[in-house]
Amino acid sequence: MTGTLTTTQMIFGRLTWDAFPWHEPIVVATFVGVVLGGAAVVAALTYFKLWGYLWKEWFTSVDHKKIGIMYMVLGLIMFLRGFADAIMMRGQQAMAFNGNEGYLNAHHYDQVFTAHGVIMIFFVAMPFVTGLMNYIVPLQIGARDVSFPFLNNFSFWMTAGGAVLVMASLFLGEFAQTGWLAYPPLSGLAYSPATGVDYYIWSLQVAGVGTTLSGINLLATIIKMRAPGMSLMKMPVFTWTSLCTNVLIVASFPILTATLVLLSLDRYAGTNFFTNDFGGNPMMYVNLIWIWGHPEVYILILPLFGVFSEVVSTFSGKRLFGYTSMVYATCTIMVLSYLVWLHHFFTMGSGASVNSFFGITTMIISIPTGAKLFNWLFTMYRGKIRYELPMMWAVAFMLTFTVGGMTGVMLAVPPADFVLHNSLFLIAHFHNVIIGGVLFGLFAAINYWWPKAFGYKLNQFWGHVSFWCWQVGFWLAFTPLYVMGLMGVTRRMRVFDDPSLQKWFIIAAIGAVIIAAGIGAMLVQFAVSIWKRDEYKVEGDPWDARTLEWATSSPPPEYNFAFTPVIYDADSWADMKKHGYQRPLSGYQAIHMPSSTGTGVILAGLATLCGFALIWYIWWLAGLSFLGLVGVAIFHTFNYKRDYYIPADVVTRTEEERTRILAAGV
Amino acid sequence: MSDAVHPHDAHGHHDDHHEEGAHGTMGSYMIGFGLSVILTAIPFWLVMSGVLGDPKLTGFVILAFAAVQVVVHMIYFLHMNTRVEGGWSFMAMALTIVLIVITLSGSTWVMYHLNTNMMPHADMDMSGEMTHDMGAMHDMNAMANMSEMP
Amino acid sequence: MSSATAPTEPRVYHLPEEPHLHEGHSTSLGFWMYLMSDCLIFAILFATYAVLGGSFAGGPGPKDLFDLPLIALNTAMLLFSSITYGFAMLAMEKNKVSATQGWLFVTLLFGGAFLFIELYEFSHLIHEGAGPWRSAFLSSFFTLVGTHGLHVTFGSIWLITLMVQVAKKGLIPANKRRLMCLSMFWHFLDVIWIGVFTFVYLMGVLR
Repeated sequence: MTGTLTTTQMIFGRLTWDAFPWHEPIVVATFVGVVLGGAAVVAALTYFKLWGYLWKEWFTSVDHKKIGIMYMVLGLIMFLRGFADAIMMRGQQAMAFNGNEGYLNAHHYDQVFTAHGVIMIFFVAMPFVTGLMNYIVPLQIGARDVSFPFLNNFSFWMTAGGAVLVMASLFLGEFAQTGWLAYPPLSGLAYSPATGVDYYIWSLQVAGVGTTLSGINLLATIIKMRAPGMSLMKMPVFTWTSLCTNVLIVASFPILTATLVLLSLDRYAGTNFFTNDFGGNPMMYVNLIWIWGHPEVYILILPLFGVFSEVVSTFSGKRLFGYTSMVYATCTIMVLSYLVWLHHFFTMGSGASVNSFFGITTMIISIPTGAKLFNWLFTMYRGKIRYELPMMWAVAFMLTFTVGGMTGVMLAVPPADFVLHNSLFLIAHFHNVIIGGVLFGLFAAINYWWPKAFGYKLNQFWGHVSFWCWQVGFWLAFTPLYVMGLMGVTRRMRVFDDPSLQKWFIIAAIGAVIIAAGIGAMLVQFAVSIWKRDEYKVEGDPWDARTLEWATSSPPPEYNFAFTPVIYDADSWADMKKHGYQRPLSGYQAIHMPSSTGTGVILAGLATLCGFALIWYIWWLAGLSFLGLVGVAIFHTFNYKRDYYIPADVVTRTEEERTRILAAGV
Repeated sequence: MSDAVHPHDAHGHHDDHHEEGAHGTMGSYMIGFGLSVILTAIPFWLVMSGVLGDPKLTGFVILAFAAVQVVVHMIYFLHMNTRVEGGWSFMAMALTIVLIVITLSGSTWVMYHLNTNMMPHADMDMSGEMTHDMGAMHDMNAMANMSEMP
Repeated sequence: MSSATAPTEPRVYHLPEEPHLHEGHSTSLGFWMYLMSDCLIFAILFATYAVLGGSFAGGPGPKDLFDLPLIALNTAMLLFSSITYGFAMLAMEKNKVSATQGWLFVTLLFGGAFLFIELYEFSHLIHEGAGPWRSAFLSSFFTLVGTHGLHVTFGSIWLITLMVQVAKKGLIPANKRRLMCLSMFWHFLDVIWIGVFTFVYLMGVLR
């Protein structure tokens, strides 16, 4: 970096023509595909004159429902990218035997496994979970929107900005080759001098701001905006788990931010936190990042525990068994998740006393989780179970997640962990809980709440195809990994010497292909359902559900509820139905709502640009966009007018329309 | 929980200022200021004059002073009590304190044990008495001691 | 469960009057939560200092570097700025615009003095060859203290913004709410500073 800078270096930093990976045919082909596809989409949007609609009705919207859907779309897009990485790895490992080098070189393969982890956690699971909470929580508590609607829009665009940076790394420069947590010293400047780790850092920092702010937002919403009568112990379980999740987000993402700041200072400012020299200590990074990392896995799973609670209770036609114990179990998990982080690095060598403490706390945390499982089983016990798609996913979850939990307890035993650490057994374990827990939960949630969001059910046939492909594919893909893990095969290997392992990898690859079929079937399910949406049309409450979000129309009007409901029970909609609730037909009033703004898009765009400039050492652009960021933020605070009223006659018209539909349908 | 359920009924629509009413008075600000000046001055004096003699003891004493001063600031400047926002602010603070204790004590505990077990010569560096020059490789964590300074 | 006394009796599911949430009803709670999350950022920086603060790498240690009278002066600046912000809040409650603005300005001056002294200290250290790259101890020292200073900087920018807004709009509820948030932020930085001068400077000299 020293020496004279040429003019081009001053303008473009280290961004040069060679930054595009010309020598990687796979990437070039992908790039061509993306460019063509992107051009087609842009052309279509322009042809159908949809830009104005998208900008006005979606991008700048502060409606929590629209933002929730945008999060889900982002998660879905990134899921396809993350899965493409996965199936590339499976293909590589299935063929790289007997001197065959496979089709991915080491430089590319290492990026693929890093990107797969980063994308699946930060840009698939997190947007999915956040989107779900964004859509459902305000409806479940009878609110009109979240506490800070503008912030909500901004948070979404920051998350999207992080995703843009990750995607940009595919075609400009490279992504990190360090594994998804970027341990130093490997991620330090000495061993990773190129842009990969910088892409990693800045995409997570930009998205992390969004995640933290959305956590604060939802937390304030749940605390301050519950409908009259909804005391804490009358909140639906999904809202409860969302509350705990957002506490975890607010209390753990700052730790990630701080840790990544220290890493970036090492890379950019020459400090010595995690270097090998001058007193730095790389293990401190491992320690810090897992203080965030363990709560993170509960951030992912807790909301889905809430989903399963809603689904199991609805489709068993019964009140949830052990509501109170469910709430306490969730809170216990929330606190305990901060006391187990060292189990991710038992082998680092902190010794017997430290390892025993964290081993024991880890085993303890399985107790409240087990209690939840029994609650679901007892809810099903003697219930009138309807095996609709959401319920099928819930049952599949219980079977799959239990196995994943048990292998987790095995890993919690420090001596066993010394054998299993960094082996494929670990990989199988966490895919077992993340796919079996988080993804299955999301699929249950999508099938369950799709009619809420769009007013029509999803196609059953393709849903079943997808379901069974996932079940078979999952076990085929990951059972071999358990077996090989027990034999001592380590993770992140590109080629193998021992030919006897190849059959296992081939089985795993077949499993991945079947999962791909499951994903394809799900996309077909969406397409078919959208195509035949009139056929699948439903009103209000298609599942005979129990919680408040089903009390309003499907899809809900932008103000959610014409009248703020009064709550008497945790299953408030079931309670309303039981007491012969009559929808009020007159007396509508004007409703106070937040207005849309494009500031969130602009701010997040500037933040993303700033991140990009920092990655490529384009200092002038980084400085300029940061100043712009501060300037626009300050300018925005001079706008005091941020809300409007939906006039009473608009509300009346909307509600009378619904009255007509209800009368025609029933 | 009734105050959370009907957050604003009690206060009606008349509130120009905030519902908590948790503002200080001139008196309370001055008390807080006086206390914090004293609680700052004494530790500085203890350390600069070294009256207690034993650095360990001084360390514990000034840590205690800091803890008290944090509480003073919380009460008199940040107007913290268990009733603000229906107790949620206090809960948030309590959880934060728990987490700070966990991260601080946990990290030091974990890293101390790690250094003791894995770095037999850790004490060399801790004393700060080494007089090597800049280029010398003497770091305590040199498990893979092959990197150069950038 | 407990409330199932008369299961079929119709209940009131809508209040006659809509519950009215006034503007900014969640702001102070939300802002407090942000402060708590910020607090955890500092917790990590403190933890890093606690672990790496003894790794001098043969370089200078706290005893060689820290100038306690200067730190005492700096602490005084921050304490004064805190009480003057308190006075601004008291004036705000009495709806005295010019008094509020005056005290805010004094607060800004003290904040500026604090930053000036800190920058002087930093440049002095760097000049002596004790920059953040010298050792892990200095890396963690500069980052912890510098992050606090960065917060004060942004607090000052925010303070100026609010002074402009109060000048333009007066002490309307929205501006009062913002001054309240900045008050929390400013006093919060004080609390962090208590940790810094005790744990970093005083205990550093004791080491």
